[in-house]
Amino acid sequence: MADARSNGLPEILRDAGLYALVALGLCVPLISYRTEAGPTGLELVPRWPVVAAFCAGIFVLRVLQRLVLARRDARKRLTPAPDQATEAVGAEPDAGQRFSGLGLKVFLAVALTLPVLATLASGGLGPARYWIDLGILILTYVMLGWGLNIVVGLAGLLDLGYVAFYAVGAYCYALLSTTFGLSFWICLPLAGLFAAAWGMVLGFPVLRLRGDYLAIVTLAFGEIIRLVLINWTDVTGGAAGISSIPRATFFGIPFTADEDGFAPRFGLEFDSMHRVVFLYYLILALALLTNLATLRLRRMPVGRAWEALREDEIACRSLGIDTTTTKLTAFALGAAFAGVAGSFFSVRQGFISPESFTFLESAIILAIVVLGGMGSQVGVAIAAVAMVGGPELLRNLGFLGAVFGEGFDPNEYRLLLFGLAMVAMMVWRPRGLVSVRVPSVSLGARRAISGAHVSEGHG
Amino acid sequence: MSVAGINVLVEETRARQAAAGAPLLAVSGVSTYYGSVAALRGVDLTVGEGEIVTLIGANGAGKSTLMMTIFGAPQARSGTITYAGQDITRLPTHAIARLGLAQSPEGRRVFPRMSVFENLQMGASLNGGRTFAPDLERVCGLFPRLKERLQQRAGTMSGGEQQMLAIGRALMSRPRLLLLDEPSLGLAPLVVKGIFDAIRDLNRTDGMTIFLVEQNAYHALKLAHRGYVLVNGRVTMSGTGRQLLDDPAVKAAYLEGGHGAAPGA
Repeated sequence: MADARSNGLPEILRDAGLYALVALGLCVPLISYRTEAGPTGLELVPRWPVVAAFCAGIFVLRVLQRLVLARRDARKRLTPAPDQATEAVGAEPDAGQRFSGLGLKVFLAVALTLPVLATLASGGLGPARYWIDLGILILTYVMLGWGLNIVVGLAGLLDLGYVAFYAVGAYCYALLSTTFGLSFWICLPLAGLFAAAWGMVLGFPVLRLRGDYLAIVTLAFGEIIRLVLINWTDVTGGAAGISSIPRATFFGIPFTADEDGFAPRFGLEFDSMHRVVFLYYLILALALLTNLATLRLRRMPVGRAWEALREDEIACRSLGIDTTTTKLTAFALGAAFAGVAGSFFSVRQGFISPESFTFLESAIILAIVVLGGMGSQVGVAIAAVAMVGGPELLRNLGFLGAVFGEGFDPNEYRLLLFGLAMVAMMVWRPRGLVSVRVPSVSLGARRAISGAHVSEGHG
Repeated sequence: MSVAGINVLVEETRARQAAAGAPLLAVSGVSTYYGSVAALRGVDLTVGEGEIVTLIGANGAGKSTLMMTIFGAPQARSGTITYAGQDITRLPTHAIARLGLAQSPEGRRVFPRMSVFENLQMGASLNGGRTFAPDLERVCGLFPRLKERLQQRAGTMSGGEQQMLAIGRALMSRPRLLLLDEPSLGLAPLVVKGIFDAIRDLNRTDGMTIFLVEQNAYHALKLAHRGYVLVNGRVTMSGTGRQLLDDPAVKAAYLEGGHGAAPGA
């Protein structure tokens, strides 16, 4: 049966539907009613939502299992004979790959239309605020994940203090705007540059370090920045932080109700949600910019040098690659994106304090990169949704109380579930959700050999 | 090889050296330390333009250390290394590589998760990829196995293929001097022969200067114009490949089971 089955998406869905049906059959006698002692003897309490949840769960699990199996089968099929151990070229994508390709488009489409979708679903801009805010939060982490991906995923430098650059960016905007009255649009690139400079500052002392030692020093660096922010009260406001940071403007037009505001100028009715939607699209643009830059850089000599550096530093040097500059550019660029994200964070919050830049943040960003599959852009995005959106989802799983009894709060099991997810990942997907880097590398080469890249500079 | 053959070889070598004037690479009085432990104690050797020079020695004699010292990591504590008239003793590794030295390091060190093609691209990064297409053609001609495997990840290839890739990658920068560190390490005899044939080819047809560090003394000496014997961080003997092959002390120490006393130790 395993050999005969086809791996088309409809076939997988049909198969999963069958499983769900069997699950339904089993659930009806076992789960659908609960007996409870009522005033007139035993009463049957129907539990159909639970049955539905079970069946849906079985369905989803089966689809996932089939997709995983399909990928494995495809890989096995593509493994050539031992005498010609070359990876297959131009193979048909299987259902799993097609699914992830489709997933990317769906992801982008949802990201682009989220404010509209949320408004339609919740019946108004105001009620949609929760979803748009969640979207902003997730996209911030997507951007941070993509930025850290340059350092960890591409250059292979384990950075545990990444949040320090996020903090530098955030304080950069907060201080420049409150002290000198600089606008957000000037501060955004400035924050990036400033964070990049700090990336270099971190880069220099750790040039000779690798692996665990590098991790420890970067961890310390993150803590140093946080402690400086707490203790340098004159400048940073200490633990109290900086408040009333100026809001973002629509390229100079403030989101206010008066005549010069955004809404009157564009003939709209004033709604405080305009600002939120604008912030959403701003972070989406910034995140996509990060992605675009990373993808471009990977094809450029410096990106190749990063990847080579990750693979073998000594070989790199003997090929004439200056590992000092290569490492510093990785640190600086990764930090620059964190700085930009940080300045976005502070314009969105309007208030920042060292509380927001603890080690836990670094750990979450790193977890996003590792879970997503180091070096994979799509994987990082999916992992960010799971890591940041997951806890929110847990909050909405109140109906599980019906299964596990009253007083069951799924949110309390958050870290336990993260732990379980991590263990499961390490067992089944040790290279991350999407270990797409492997095919993408050979894809790049395939394109490169066609001649278009042969004349391209690789220095 | 007959005596006449040796003479021809010796004359050839002398002619090459005379033509080149100063040697392409000159190592003089180089001492290298790991902490307080001396790995090289005043090594002198020269490599002339167009020559194949080999350095043989037992495990731990300092062969690879010399190779790495030439490449600036670790740097020599005393003595000088000159390449094409320029003192490179204190230059960082990448700067040395940019002068036209290329190295196939010990243990091959290909980039395992990059494809063969990308590995070769990395090798070409020094000259900006301007001559990439013809160089790729040349490397593929030298090692046809690589051509079959351009899309394969380097880490999934056999040891011999990885060695070919390491040499090919070094060649992509069009070096004037090619340093090879134990290209026969851990390879089947037939594969070793193929690689040594390729090295000879490079020297004969392209006139490439090659400095070869080897433990496989027999093959290395047969291939090389001249050879040096390194014992405990010192050069104890030198001569043409043939002379060293015929030398009883070298024979005893490196060619017949290695049970004899190291020459000159």
